[in-house]
Amino acid sequence: MPIQHQASVISNTRTGAYQLLTLTAGEIPKEFKPGQFVTLAIDGLSSGLILRRAFSIYQAQDRGVYGGTIDLVVAAHGEGTKWITQLKRDDSVNIVGPLGKPFSIPKDAVSCVLIGGGYGAAPLFRLAEALRSRGCRVDFILGAQNSEKLFGILEARRLGHNVLITTQDGSSGHQGLVTDVLPDLIAKADSQVIYSCGPMPMLQAITKIAQAHQIYSFTAVEEAMACGIGVCMTCVLPVIGDDGVTRMVRSCVEGPTFKGERVRWDEVGTIPPDTYGAGNQ
Amino acid sequence: MVMKTKSGLIDMSCNFFDAKLPSPVFTASGCAASGKELSQFMDLTTIGGIVTKSVMLEARAGRATPRMSETPSGMLNGIGLQGPGIDAFLETDLTWLNEKKIATVVSIAGNTVEEFSKLAFKLKNRSDILAIEVNISCPNVENRNKVFACNPVTAQEAIKAVKKHISDIPLLAKLSPDVTDIVEIADASIKAGANGLSLINTLLGMVIDTKTFKPVLSGGTGGLSGPAIRPVAVRVIHQVRAAFEDIFILGSGGLRTGSDGLEFIAAGANALSLGTIIFNDPTSPVRIHNEMAEHLTALNKTSLAQVRNMAHD
Repeated sequence: MPIQHQASVISNTRTGAYQLLTLTAGEIPKEFKPGQFVTLAIDGLSSGLILRRAFSIYQAQDRGVYGGTIDLVVAAHGEGTKWITQLKRDDSVNIVGPLGKPFSIPKDAVSCVLIGGGYGAAPLFRLAEALRSRGCRVDFILGAQNSEKLFGILEARRLGHNVLITTQDGSSGHQGLVTDVLPDLIAKADSQVIYSCGPMPMLQAITKIAQAHQIYSFTAVEEAMACGIGVCMTCVLPVIGDDGVTRMVRSCVEGPTFKGERVRWDEVGTIPPDTYGAGNQ
Repeated sequence: MVMKTKSGLIDMSCNFFDAKLPSPVFTASGCAASGKELSQFMDLTTIGGIVTKSVMLEARAGRATPRMSETPSGMLNGIGLQGPGIDAFLETDLTWLNEKKIATVVSIAGNTVEEFSKLAFKLKNRSDILAIEVNISCPNVENRNKVFACNPVTAQEAIKAVKKHISDIPLLAKLSPDVTDIVEIADASIKAGANGLSLINTLLGMVIDTKTFKPVLSGGTGGLSGPAIRPVAVRVIHQVRAAFEDIFILGSGGLRTGSDGLEFIAAGANALSLGTIIFNDPTSPVRIHNEMAEHLTALNKTSLAQVRNMAHD
């Protein structure tokens, strides 16, 4: 069950191109599962920015000196996220979470690849811990535009068997995309499941490779949201259901994690003609 | 964790036609789906009730994304009435709402006058609905997609089509503020059989991306909501109350705080519905109820009714 909590900022520190924000979170960490997210309101009840901003939960601590706390990775994109990156210790911010469907975890001890694009890597570390506690082998691929935008390399080295790095400008690791190094890793590690979080084209390309290797792909999507709790219907994308029918589903409550092959990636941003209810516009 | 309203010593009850509700606060159509998601945060039986997302005759996929753009103190949306259609709604959503004993206003929207009539027929004689909100702020496909509520004749036709089948459930006409003379449309709706008015729907707007120089929303235009439109709502409610002393008004448009709610009540609203603020603050229905009660306590009032219509001479 999601909880609304008036949080205090414990710390806000720079990490590469991002801010690492630690907040008090009350009971939220008790409810949290890897892949879920929280939303933050921008300032108080006189703010001109009325929509919440959504962030994957990077870390969640059940109890400590401050009670429950969560860590988020934030990049300043616009006015709202800029406000968040400038929060100071003891500042107050309203949070709602945990939200969304967590990643599915395999029952058996299988070999898994976790792929993060930029700060999209944030939800993968708690996932890695959950997988390792099931006896799964975990390998990481972390990619970004440049080395400053890579996130979580040390954490990945602590948790992962192999950690591969890619940057588009070549400032760190392999020059290119995460998908350049994925097929070799799958062969070497005998990977059975891929988990990924990052930009939509990356998730689509990873799913294609997973399908070619006949292995599972679980993706965590990023869609623009207004509410994050399933009531506004803005964050929809075309997803094929268990019955084979495509519906416009909410990425906030039916996602953000989806089986990669169920998302109609090429048609995100459209209503495919065979979508349920598409004939009645 | 589920929040409940607290009225203290203030009589916050609301006479909603024949029903007496514990609070004047509702959730607005399209901002609370069919209640299930919000019930994780608060006990919806302690507020007035919910107005469901406008349901149409058939299942509908809605518009492509982007469906939304944030604007100064508000947002623009063009969802395109995505929904399950009336049959699935009655079987699943309304059944759940009734099981939970949540007071429910069912909002209906049609593409044609005939569709309004068919929707009304499906709701005929139901005793489990508090009221029907007729969303006539949607485009009329038989009249160059002009909005029913923007013309007194088409507004009247849509309301009449519903009234034909409904005798014992109060009808609320939800009106658009995008008109020259709102009193004329209100008058037409009342003459067609509306028992009350929902004031106001969103204002039609557009946002253009200055990198591509194209509209941001896939449908071009969308409805503007949020605190930015609150003074428009207060003006419309005041204007309609001045013209119709006894008509029931469900006020909405940019409500954010208890003080805003009292502003609407003073302008002439009988009850309130919260929209965009729910996206910002999912427990706002409880918070706004409580803030109104605290505000009235500080003013030494004993009931909400004491401030109703006070903005009128």
